[in-house]
Amino acid sequence: MQIDTPRPMFDTDELVINMGPQHPSTHGVLRLILKLDGERVVDCDPVIGYLHRGIEKLSENRDYTQIVLLTDRMDYVAAATNNLGYVQTVEKLYSVEVPRRARYIRTVLSELQRVASHLLWLGTHAADLGALTVLLFGLRERELVLDLFEEYCGARLTYNTMRIGGQPVDVPPGWDKKVLAFCDVQEQKLPEYEQLLTSNRIFMERTKDIGVINAADAIAVGLCGPPLRASGVYRDVRKDEPYAAYDEMEFDVPLGVRGDTYDRYLVRLEEFRQSLRIIRQAVQGLPEGPIMGKVPRLIKPPAGETYHAIEAPKGELGYFVVSDGKSVSPHRFRVRPPSFCNLQALPRLVRGHLVADVVALIGTIDIVLGEVDR
Amino acid sequence: MSEGPKPAPENPDMPGSPKPGAEAAGQPAEQAAPASAAAPKAAAAAKPAAPKAPAPPPGPPDQAPPADLPVPAYVSAVQSGVAGAVEQVSYWVGDWAVIVPAARFAEICRFLRDQPGCQFDYLSDLTAVDWPTRDKRFDLVACLYSTALRHRVRVKARVAEGEAVPSVTGIWPAANWLEREVYDMFGVTFTGHPDLRRMLMPFDWQGHPQRKDYPLEGPGELLMENPQDWLKARQAAAEADIE
Repeated sequence: MQIDTPRPMFDTDELVINMGPQHPSTHGVLRLILKLDGERVVDCDPVIGYLHRGIEKLSENRDYTQIVLLTDRMDYVAAATNNLGYVQTVEKLYSVEVPRRARYIRTVLSELQRVASHLLWLGTHAADLGALTVLLFGLRERELVLDLFEEYCGARLTYNTMRIGGQPVDVPPGWDKKVLAFCDVQEQKLPEYEQLLTSNRIFMERTKDIGVINAADAIAVGLCGPPLRASGVYRDVRKDEPYAAYDEMEFDVPLGVRGDTYDRYLVRLEEFRQSLRIIRQAVQGLPEGPIMGKVPRLIKPPAGETYHAIEAPKGELGYFVVSDGKSVSPHRFRVRPPSFCNLQALPRLVRGHLVADVVALIGTIDIVLGEVDR
Repeated sequence: MSEGPKPAPENPDMPGSPKPGAEAAGQPAEQAAPASAAAPKAAAAAKPAAPKAPAPPPGPPDQAPPADLPVPAYVSAVQSGVAGAVEQVSYWVGDWAVIVPAARFAEICRFLRDQPGCQFDYLSDLTAVDWPTRDKRFDLVACLYSTALRHRVRVKARVAEGEAVPSVTGIWPAANWLEREVYDMFGVTFTGHPDLRRMLMPFDWQGHPQRKDYPLEGPGELLMENPQDWLKARQAAAEADIE
């Protein structure tokens, strides 16, 4: 047998592999088609839709009041902020005045939700990078938040805790003291996470200068929430377009400098402190008064359309609702999911990095597939 | 129950369940009622079939701004900056919207991004609304935000069925997936989009689910109740090879 051209010892072909949809580090049913050059990622194509339940279509066939519980099922680790965004959009469309006490309760709930969501993010992100202790710590503290939610509205995951026009129930007696006690506990626990991660050499090696995106690119690709702020863009819907009681709260917006994974971690860690600060102010300053505005039983907003955004834990959560003025269900119900828009930046972030960094980058953008796919 | 024009239900005791016509169950949106082509027929069919559902209004309510409200600088900048671009200015519950021709959608978006007084550098959302009985049935809606000047505006264009809109992916890369989703859900196509594939539905899905004439239950209900019809419909779809 004659061999005229010797076969190269190593193949230099690019390898296309599937990561997911069943992969523990993709945080759900996310499928990534990765094109690899050795261990380096040349290109990445996220394939989504495995959890598509047609919530937008379904909502267009439900009453305005029934949609609140469908919004729970989108970002199911941050159901309260989903509720908040939706009810505020309909309130805006319907020009309903929400009582001040209800707005304060909503502020407390959405900040508690931010703490719970960030805790889960912190735990899973750290576990992806090998720090399993932080996952246990995160879930341990998240349990306290879930207990508070359970006492307020009876549910632990899908709360369905807001109504168009106000809040369905008032805070139970003694709840405010428990919330303040939780704030103290959480404040004490934050140094524990920092001790485990912030100057942990392995964690820093895995996150510093990984997935760097500058401010202009971050705006252009539509990043929102903590990833956008980690790139140094001062953009927080709570500050820019205040809703609920955020205009009466004092808090700072943490910004990153380099826009890498480590900065995104630091920004979220600081957001814990700011959230606790807001919770304390809102609980201590909780005004007396009614919790429900004047809303008829059958909600039929006048014909018109509006877009309203809030700062969900994952970023700008927007609702675009069109009413035709005749029907009891919206003519068009559109969600602008923050995870979807952040996930879009993933290919840009992972190019040139190692496969192991893909795991870190999926974690850092904090996606929930229920929201990406709706 | 705002399903729009739909074929007569076969099962009279379930008036609310939209049933695709037997010949079109496999791909309801494409075949069942392409409303722009069959609008008079479909509307006539819908009236006796669904007396409960009120006929959808022919178009969106674009309220004119009140006379005493000053028009913000970024709206007047488009009006004066791009000749004949703004068909209508709308204002409702605090939101400003400009309605522009579909063919000039990208051009006006670029103007809004680059003009010093506008600086809409952030594309919050891009979506569509279906008004099946209207002549140009889709509203393409872009919600823009300026991170520097902190103001919002909506840009709307009316798009006919089968009409391609210039893509805005060159202006905001964020539009890439949003336009794919609009294409997936409504069937609006974009020229100049780098990668116009389905976003959420499987790649071989037929029809566009977010259209008003697409049945809420999808083709599945017919499959459960009448497998023979479903098989026939699928056969017909394979032969027609639509999409």
